[in-house]
Amino acid sequence: MSDVLVRARGLQVHFPVRARGLRRRRTGEVRAVDGVDLEIRRGETLGLVGESGCGKSTLGNALLRLVEPTGGRVEFDGTDVTALRARELRALRRRAVMVFQDPYASLDPRATVGQTVAEPLRVHGLHPGAAARAARVAELLELVGLDPAAAPRYPHEFSGGQRQRVGIARALAGEPDFVVCDEAVASLDVSVQAQVLNLLRELQQRLGLTYLFVSHDLAAVRHVSDRIAVMYLGRVVEVGDADAVSTRPQHPYAQALLSAVPLPDPAAERRRERIVLRGEVPSATRVPSGCRFRTRCPRAFAPCPDVDPALQEAEPGHRAACHLHGVVGTPVPAEQRGPA
Amino acid sequence: MSAGRTGHAGRAGDAQPVLEVQDLRVELDTPRGTASIVNGLSYSVAPGETVAVVGESGSGKSVSVMALLGLLPAHARVGGRALFRGRDLLAMGEPELRQVRGDGIGMVFQDPMTSLNPVLTVGRQITEGLLAHGRVAGGRQARERAAQLLADVGLPDPRAALGRFPHELSGGMRQRVVIAIALSGDPALLIADEATTALDVTVQAQILELVDGLRAEHGTGVVWITHDLGVVAGTADRVLVLYGGRCVEDGGVDDVFERPAHPYTQGLLGALPQLHDGPGGRRSELVAIAGAPPPPTDLPPGCVFHPRCPVRGDERCALEQPPLVPVALGARPDGTAVPHRAATFHDTAPGTGGAGS
Amino acid sequence: MSAAGTAAGSAAGAAGAVRVRPPRGRFTSALRLLLSSPRTLFALVVVVGVVLLALLDEQVAPTGYNEVDVAQRLLAPGADHWFGTDDLGRDVLSRVVLGAAVSLQVGAVAVGFSLVCGVTAGLLAGYYGRWLDTVLMRLMDVLFAFPAMLLAIAVIAVLGPGTTNAMIAIGLTYTPVFARVTRAAVLGVKESVYVRASRSVGASDARLLLRHVLPNAAPPIIVQTSVSLAFAVLAEAALSFVGLGTQPPAPSWGRMLSEGRGHLEDAWWMAVFPGLAIVLLVLAFNLLGDGLRDVLDPQQRSALEAARSRSRRARRRGGRS
Repeated sequence: MSDVLVRARGLQVHFPVRARGLRRRRTGEVRAVDGVDLEIRRGETLGLVGESGCGKSTLGNALLRLVEPTGGRVEFDGTDVTALRARELRALRRRAVMVFQDPYASLDPRATVGQTVAEPLRVHGLHPGAAARAARVAELLELVGLDPAAAPRYPHEFSGGQRQRVGIARALAGEPDFVVCDEAVASLDVSVQAQVLNLLRELQQRLGLTYLFVSHDLAAVRHVSDRIAVMYLGRVVEVGDADAVSTRPQHPYAQALLSAVPLPDPAAERRRERIVLRGEVPSATRVPSGCRFRTRCPRAFAPCPDVDPALQEAEPGHRAACHLHGVVGTPVPAEQRGPA
Repeated sequence: MSAGRTGHAGRAGDAQPVLEVQDLRVELDTPRGTASIVNGLSYSVAPGETVAVVGESGSGKSVSVMALLGLLPAHARVGGRALFRGRDLLAMGEPELRQVRGDGIGMVFQDPMTSLNPVLTVGRQITEGLLAHGRVAGGRQARERAAQLLADVGLPDPRAALGRFPHELSGGMRQRVVIAIALSGDPALLIADEATTALDVTVQAQILELVDGLRAEHGTGVVWITHDLGVVAGTADRVLVLYGGRCVEDGGVDDVFERPAHPYTQGLLGALPQLHDGPGGRRSELVAIAGAPPPPTDLPPGCVFHPRCPVRGDERCALEQPPLVPVALGARPDGTAVPHRAATFHDTAPGTGGAGS
Repeated sequence: MSAAGTAAGSAAGAAGAVRVRPPRGRFTSALRLLLSSPRTLFALVVVVGVVLLALLDEQVAPTGYNEVDVAQRLLAPGADHWFGTDDLGRDVLSRVVLGAAVSLQVGAVAVGFSLVCGVTAGLLAGYYGRWLDTVLMRLMDVLFAFPAMLLAIAVIAVLGPGTTNAMIAIGLTYTPVFARVTRAAVLGVKESVYVRASRSVGASDARLLLRHVLPNAAPPIIVQTSVSLAFAVLAEAALSFVGLGTQPPAPSWGRMLSEGRGHLEDAWWMAVFPGLAIVLLVLAFNLLGDGLRDVLDPQQRSALEAARSRSRRARRRGGRS
């Protein structure tokens, strides 16, 4: 058994952009995920951070094929997920699940909590029989810190944090191996967010889960992750141990991102030097040639427009896609080179 | 109450406060009963001072400023006083309020699209306000001034931006336009309600810097409403922590963050994941506060926080609301004195730094 | 405190915060709420009453539907004939009672037909989109493009006049309306996160459609059903009016209305009583639809329950003082 549970190779998700009008001609594409190589090890939490529009959420969805990849492949425990047929894919959904961002939107308002949590059991034929199912639902509710008597009640009767616990119970019902937490605590209040973060961690230890923790909140990611991957414009630009990435970021984008995170410490805030980035994130329909961060990078230099940097080791277990660590990568064909 | 306020004389000598809120109360009838959203909130803002109002959802932080600006639904019951340059905002009629909103108080909300008209150009939206309040002589001058304002808020190529529509700008740029509009009346007071919550951290950093620069330059008083303690630490002089529609703790930002006196503030800081702490600390448990904030229709008797409070050291907790009393002589970051107060019966030997301890 | 201790503490604390009332049966609580509103109670009484009349027909009608007595023609409402008599001396009350069955049948069958066809089409078109959407919805557009009456007349021209054929014709004309309403609701619901969430745990399309999409798309369909029931009763009246629906001498409210039209000046009761019956039934259907929509929504239901218990408390308090 390999110690890698999920592996993405050259993963691409491009969405077509169509012109308005009758023929809806294809005029371009949004390169939401654009050639991502990523490994998630058994039992670890990989944090995936980046700003809105960087493709982190699409990547999380593509790993579970909730969004269809347009290129590259995803392996889950050795099987090629991208090649699975509908029936096989549904079977995979027992083992690889997602916890969604908005606990108000992710529960069917017309289904009771019990029905919601029991859905994976029904779908996969687990714990057959009403009594066995009810017992399992009660067990799951207890597992996530809810009263089992909550089963016949409806989502609107619960607070945001409690609903997120229901969402977690649903995700765990089929005893999965891999959980994608897509901004799972982003819409919760601070005090409640801490409860859910603690719960996720406790469950990981108890059930041996592997997490992909997708979030824009660097502090939360740093808190829960063993390793962190930083995304910018459809690519992973840096990946490494959580400590290393958060204390010694190697990619200029990761450095800027970390320096912008507000710290809840007034004295530290006053001492800080911020790296303020120029300009705006380019549109994912027009990705700059070579290094895609070069248009905003304070340290861009000669090779940046001409060579698409590959992830390379900056220190053991810590890789960054930046020419400052040696110019390695795919040369851009001359006709596609933009202005430097 | 007045004893506390004499200490707030303001950083710029003994300047009059720009805003003085006294015993603000807001009630709203809902299908689920009467919601007591704000329950006796008092604070003041000196010129050039940034006061942060922090709280979780349902704490009443947003409603408290909407009440000041007359933006609540008509059936809301608002009590108390809110003196803006000596005049009570809560006693004003709609025309007067509109004048004040455009001319003395600037507002920035979370979603810039709620304050921008999607079918008018950016230029039109700025010049309209300028012309309506008679701040410029005519159209040409208005456009000059508008371009200047956009340049002030850091919009690249402000002249071209005048002709663009809101949807052609990114979220960060839109928020800059809203700030430009808010500043077009040279406001004495700027109210920002979760103004950077929808923005990415790098853009948020730019906006925070921008507002702080404008405050320092023009001596604008700023009320910054947020749930993000990180934002507060970086921008505020003084902090009010709201819970259940009440201020449970206030004081200089360093005092509140380093020596939180109220169990709720301590809990909030302890519940926050840290970006920078020792390698051992990373995987440590967050100290969560059990339960969830109470809905404003169903506030508990006694101290609003007592059902979730880990301390509950006094039998009065369940019976009466503790008053907001000074716990220490505190200071703002610039050294001027401001009392550090908390509403708790808990014997407040202020903890040292909530987080990670 | 050890990390494990804190974890257990926080989990237990959170569990303690969930206060759960013992649940009542969902169905009984919905029914009780339905009955607690005076409007829906009224609607329910009317609909149940009409259904009873239709079931009992000849046992409650004072006379048969076609007992002609020319000597008794055009009598005003009185002790013998509560609703008066028509131009052939038939008892209007009896004909109204006996016509209930026809009107109800037309409403139920026609709307049932369009409900099943339209909702299925709308569900599939909205959920799968692409070519299926194009094909199904263009088909519906074609149906919709014909004036409803014309379409019904065309159907009857092919199938021949009669109540059953009138029902099919009416059902066909309403199908596109249901398809559109359903499709629009489905388009909104299918993008919702909870549908994605169910798919993410492996739910099949059939399950997603029937367990999540349809129930959440239901409110506008329920409203459309009650509106259509009302229109179907009127449409049957219109078809019968031009002689394509119920054939004489069988009574239907629509036929009676059209027969009474000529006597509005000398015998108003001939038109007014069947007309009132139509108004009452249509009104009841609409009120019932609104009531059903509310009690089938869990959130509305608890809001209603809360409001009810509050007003009950207030009444009790008032009663004591």
